[in-house]
Amino acid sequence: MSSTTTRRDFLKRTGVLVVGFSLGLHSRADAAVFETGAAPAANQLDSWLAINADGTITVYSGKVELGTGVSTALRQIVAEELDAPFEKIAWVQGDSDRTVDQGSTVGSQTIKRGGAQLRMAAATARAALLELAAPKLGAAPGSLEVASGVVRVHGDPSRHISFAELLGGKRFERTVNSAAVPKATTAYTIVGKPVHRVELPAKMTGRHTYVQDVKVDGMLHARVVRPASIGAKLLSVDDSALGAIPGARVIRKADFLAVVAPREYDAIRAAAAIKPAWSESATLPPMDELKQTLMSIPSTERGVASDGTSGAGRVAKRLAATYKWPFQMHASIGPSCGVADVRNGKATVWSSTQGSHTLKSAIAHLLGMQPDDVHVIWIEGSGCYGHNGSDDAAADAAVISREVGAPVRVQWSRADEHGWEPKGAAMVMQVAAGIDASGKIADWDYQVWTPTHSSRPGAQPGGEANFIAARLMGMVPSSRGSLGGERNAAHTYSVPAMKVRAHLLERAPLRTSSLRGLGSPQNTFANESFMDELAQLAGVDPIEFRLRHLSDPRAVAAINAVARLAKWTPRVSGSSRAPSNGVARGRGMAFVRYEGTEASVAAIVDVEVDQAQHRVRVTHAYVAHDCGLIVNPDGLKNQIEGNVIQAASRALNEAVQFDRSRVTSLDWRGYPILRFADAPDAVDVVLIDHPELPSVGAGEASTSPIPAAIANAIFDATGVRLRDVPLRV
Amino acid sequence: MPSSTIRITVNGAAHDIDAAPDTPLLYVLRDDLGLTGPKFGCGLGQCGACMVHIDGAAVHSCRTPLSAAARGPITTIEGLGTPEKPHPVQQAFIDEQAAQCGYCMNGMIMSAAALLAKTKSPTRQQIRSTLNGNLCRCGTHMRIVRAVERAASLGASQSGGSDE
Ligand code: FES
Ligand code: FES
Repeated sequence: MSSTTTRRDFLKRTGVLVVGFSLGLHSRADAAVFETGAAPAANQLDSWLAINADGTITVYSGKVELGTGVSTALRQIVAEELDAPFEKIAWVQGDSDRTVDQGSTVGSQTIKRGGAQLRMAAATARAALLELAAPKLGAAPGSLEVASGVVRVHGDPSRHISFAELLGGKRFERTVNSAAVPKATTAYTIVGKPVHRVELPAKMTGRHTYVQDVKVDGMLHARVVRPASIGAKLLSVDDSALGAIPGARVIRKADFLAVVAPREYDAIRAAAAIKPAWSESATLPPMDELKQTLMSIPSTERGVASDGTSGAGRVAKRLAATYKWPFQMHASIGPSCGVADVRNGKATVWSSTQGSHTLKSAIAHLLGMQPDDVHVIWIEGSGCYGHNGSDDAAADAAVISREVGAPVRVQWSRADEHGWEPKGAAMVMQVAAGIDASGKIADWDYQVWTPTHSSRPGAQPGGEANFIAARLMGMVPSSRGSLGGERNAAHTYSVPAMKVRAHLLERAPLRTSSLRGLGSPQNTFANESFMDELAQLAGVDPIEFRLRHLSDPRAVAAINAVARLAKWTPRVSGSSRAPSNGVARGRGMAFVRYEGTEASVAAIVDVEVDQAQHRVRVTHAYVAHDCGLIVNPDGLKNQIEGNVIQAASRALNEAVQFDRSRVTSLDWRGYPILRFADAPDAVDVVLIDHPELPSVGAGEASTSPIPAAIANAIFDATGVRLRDVPLRV
Repeated sequence: MPSSTIRITVNGAAHDIDAAPDTPLLYVLRDDLGLTGPKFGCGLGQCGACMVHIDGAAVHSCRTPLSAAARGPITTIEGLGTPEKPHPVQQAFIDEQAAQCGYCMNGMIMSAAALLAKTKSPTRQQIRSTLNGNLCRCGTHMRIVRAVERAASLGASQSGGSDE
């Protein structure tokens, strides 16, 4: 049997019932690419898009929709470059057999890098269509133009031919031209427009398929039963109560424990009915010693920046401060879910992973299979904001499916998600600086203690050990270095002497991985709180103080724009307000140039502080945002508003609680996130568009300045400087 | 609990469900009836992702046993409207582009629709307090409130009829 028939039979047999798939499964002009099991080649135009016989255009995107609207924005880019009608574009995303490996959908790189790749593919396709049309229309390619999926003779539109007539159902058979000339941005008609999100009507009417909704013929329901504490060993399992639950059984592989049953509620009951015995030990530090713990874990020092010599001779006043940030959660509203069908040496996995191609290899290594025998089909999940439990749930499903020889759906419980998702990293930041007699910074010394912000499964052998399932089965992840903790450790202000060091911890009390912004919100909280502290020391308005140290015109423009938007009145922080009715009000600002070179974001927040009730609410937030060329302004605003609220929640509410052996924040009471009652009255955003400049990422950047802006506003309101997140009055 | 047959009415159609009476309605809807609009978020009555209407009132289907779900007609988000013919609340959410991942939307829309069926022109404060038990991690709160206000101005309450 050839692998072709195997894959097809396999798809047929698994009988995917899910609506959303039908779009993806038809219409490949030539299916040869996905029959091999290997990812399509990036240099082949047919890997990116197909002109179908019915006039639709199917685009194959390795980047996936994570709830931020990028699949709409990417469609705009393709429609623009191809001069194709937006609504004729069908979208296939994150399928390890059928989409190019564009790298995982992470780090706010989707429009910047993924969009650039799709733009070149579409530009190549447009040129190819012109070439094909020239002989048919009896005109030189130079005399042709493209509009709305039709090639026509310039000045003689009656001579025209559609994309489908030119190529419908056939392959381009050419490589992507890396020298193709994309359209001038001045000619854009759809990029830059607030096009409505394509999938929202389905999402608003309960018809959108999330990974939690995937149903495969013959599928069993599984629940994982995680150890009673971190590192606990499974001694025995009493499953005598399962007799009363139809079809329920236990799956055990070392410390990996799960139950399966034909019906979902029976799986839930079975998970509660078995009685595992665990040997536990205390592996965690006392929560109130987190700072000392982080600062004493063995670490490697990395120099992030070192400019100039000490400003000692010029310093008039000195200040030093330490800031702390706790472990936080992704806290997706839908707990992670994975579906897998592992039979006859092949595996199909449905997952809301950020990286289908990496997941495919990692699952193959976990199961002892060849990567090309594993097919990962991405299906949207609940918003993830980084590396949540999606990959782990997929691995759980694969392990269990192989054991039972049937398709398996693993749905994590709320406690599984809260307890076992990888956590955003706790960090400690120390800053010391001096200001000179003129009120300018003379020197700056910054240190951060940070665990890694990435423990994703890797595509290389050994990378699978990062799955929870692998760890529970006895694998030990090898250290892959530390990532993300230095993000925005160095600010972008001009100071004559600056030293920035990161202490990269060898380990952390809890498993840490990417949460929106990685180390940037933490570092920006420290840098931008400290900027306000220095402004105070210098007796200067916080905005004026920042502008004294900025030469980057885009930074200056963003700060001035937000000041205008909020009608900022220059003053020394904390000088103006008296509480009324026990509620103090204040206003604070912060700025970040994300990763030093990406989006410029300036934020101002107004807060009300009820000290008797220990309650802080952001009443109004203002953001000015410059990320270069804007593809979809409404999608961008939506993302910024979301970042403001999520960041306010992280700054004011959130810290993962744990005892000496386990995470104890296991539900929404134990890990409260911002609710409607605490939401701002308004979030106002001003977008600074630069069509002449390339787009940079906008997914995360506006998270970073918010916590410091809030801390600065609380100081303005109360005169109390809070340096520990969550900010508690 | 041994299973028994229980009759429930969902989106206007009667179904005889053969399941243990303590089975949460959520799993019956999603697994037996293929209505996956209601979402599993916590199973604890803490997030609102699973909301449906029973007799016009928004309830947590994750905490409603099948036996109690028979007490009145059930409407799920699929029964409110379709992508082609959305309910005014759904239309308002689309108009305001009031979602990011959308996982919480079921609860937001079912809560809002139940509110507007009873209160034609709620204050912003009423909207916020009604939705306070519905969690959204993407931070779409501002747009959601705007969408409910827009739905109110579109007269969402008049179409309460589709809500049984
Ligand atoms: S799933 Fe029912 S309230 Fe969370
Ligand atoms: S839109 Fe994602 S949780 Fe609300």
